[in-house]
Amino acid sequence: MTNYFVKRLLLLIFVLFGVVTLVFFLIHLIPGDPVDIMLGDTAVAADKLALRHDLGLDQPVMQQYGRYLGHVVQGDLGVSIHSRAPVLGEIMARFPASAELMIGAMVVAMLIAFPLGILAALKPHGLLDASAMFFSFLGIAMPHFWLGPLLIILFSIQLNWLPVNGRGTLAHLVLPAITLGTAMAAMLSRMIRASLLDVLGEDYIRTARAKGLPERTVVLRHALRNALVPVITVIGLQVGVLLSGAIITEAIFDWPGLGTLLLDGISTRNYPLVQGCILFIATIYVLVNMLTDTAYGWADPRVRVR
Amino acid sequence: MFRNRWTYLGLAVIVGFMLAALFAPLLAPYDPLAMNLIEQLSRPSTTHWLGQDVNGSDILSRLLYGARISLVVSLAVVALAGSIGVLLGLISGYFGGWTDTLLMRLVDILLAFPGLLLAIALVAVLGPDVKNVIIALTVLGWVSFARLVRGQVLAVKEREFVMAARAAGASNRRIMLVHILPNIMGPVIVQATFSVAGVIIAESSLSFLGLGAPPGTPSWGAMLADGKQVLMDAPHVSIFPGLAIMLAVLAFNFVGDGLRDRYDPKGSSMKK
Repeated sequence: MTNYFVKRLLLLIFVLFGVVTLVFFLIHLIPGDPVDIMLGDTAVAADKLALRHDLGLDQPVMQQYGRYLGHVVQGDLGVSIHSRAPVLGEIMARFPASAELMIGAMVVAMLIAFPLGILAALKPHGLLDASAMFFSFLGIAMPHFWLGPLLIILFSIQLNWLPVNGRGTLAHLVLPAITLGTAMAAMLSRMIRASLLDVLGEDYIRTARAKGLPERTVVLRHALRNALVPVITVIGLQVGVLLSGAIITEAIFDWPGLGTLLLDGISTRNYPLVQGCILFIATIYVLVNMLTDTAYGWADPRVRVR
Repeated sequence: MFRNRWTYLGLAVIVGFMLAALFAPLLAPYDPLAMNLIEQLSRPSTTHWLGQDVNGSDILSRLLYGARISLVVSLAVVALAGSIGVLLGLISGYFGGWTDTLLMRLVDILLAFPGLLLAIALVAVLGPDVKNVIIALTVLGWVSFARLVRGQVLAVKEREFVMAARAAGASNRRIMLVHILPNIMGPVIVQATFSVAGVIIAESSLSFLGLGAPPGTPSWGAMLADGKQVLMDAPHVSIFPGLAIMLAVLAFNFVGDGLRDRYDPKGSSMKK
């Protein structure tokens, strides 16, 4: 057991190190002089010199890399070019909005996926199953940047029920959460259906039914609990899908989260901010994956042995 | 050939999109770049079947040309990412040892970037351009092929026919390319089909964010981004490109599902 967790931790450290390395070298992929691109052609030489010095671009690459690594370990992600504020501060100011959106999306996904997946598994190959699976196909194929506008057209423009954009009240959260959560709901409902179908064929379910237990108890207490183990893992892994989907969803609804911060950074060529956002999002993703993996290994001893 | 009739429907839609892309100059009723500011945002009519966009350009013509970008990018990315991934997966799984460790750790690092994030980052620094979109999505895409192929090779390389080939003195290259590769192509083709769907969404997402084809180019994602600006007055500008993306993605997913039933029945979640 300890061995398993030590291995996971070492892998986590290695992956985070790799992520930091890759993010550092991103700025060196910029064709031409990054300072010229960031400040534009009209900038005066003194400003360019100062920024080059601030970013450490006047030093040898390996020295820059060592400095960047040292700063990142201490939580220093650099300074935003335009506001001159620390990048980490800007990220932390936006993070609660992104977290709120992702939690909202997860709630929406589970509210849709559980009833749909369970009902589909109870009557496989029936009309309900076919409809549920068609929804799942549709949900996976429907891009966020189309679903969002469609929801706005229907609920904000035609019905005038919900606000078009912004953040503040629960009403503001509804459309972005549905937009972001639908693809996850589609994926999860398929997973729940498949997992539940597997479990419903097990001997202990036959035994439970033979004992005369009501079908509701058999499904919800005996089958669903066991079917949930792989589903919980998928929910954890879906955080990555939510993180990248949130960038687009935030852009659609002008949601003031990390995604819009990253896109603002890209459009204003604020590369320290872009680097910081990417590093922060990737780190969260790696940590959530590690936690999911560890929880799975803790819940199911077979995983640790593999 | 396929048990599921949705697979045939998917195939028909894909062929339809390919023909539309190929014959766009013949099929498009108007020049996709032609602007007509007097008739901007006009609704679908007999002269403009799907209406006109912000610049008064014909939406149907732009959709037909947009199919070219979506299909060319997605097929190019899957061909490139598939080739790189299959090659590296073969080497990694077959030779094992430090090559395998090194490649798989690289895979772990790339997988640490959720979804589109790395592609967004790469296009952001390389500059918005179709070529850079292909590069970014290839960098992202080869990983899943490499992981899949490595796993398949690990299983197949212990089979008797591989040992027989080795005993007969076949070179490593010959064993990998002639004996192992044909036996693992089924799951690779399935993965490739699903990947095309994924790349269509990814390319459109990048274009929607302004990181894809240059402004003005008829691309489905960019058309949706234009539509978002005029959602209140002209919802039709957003509806049709989104529908095209969804149909294309659905079609490739249906075909992928059919292929999976055929080549990898255990992997199917629909057929239980």
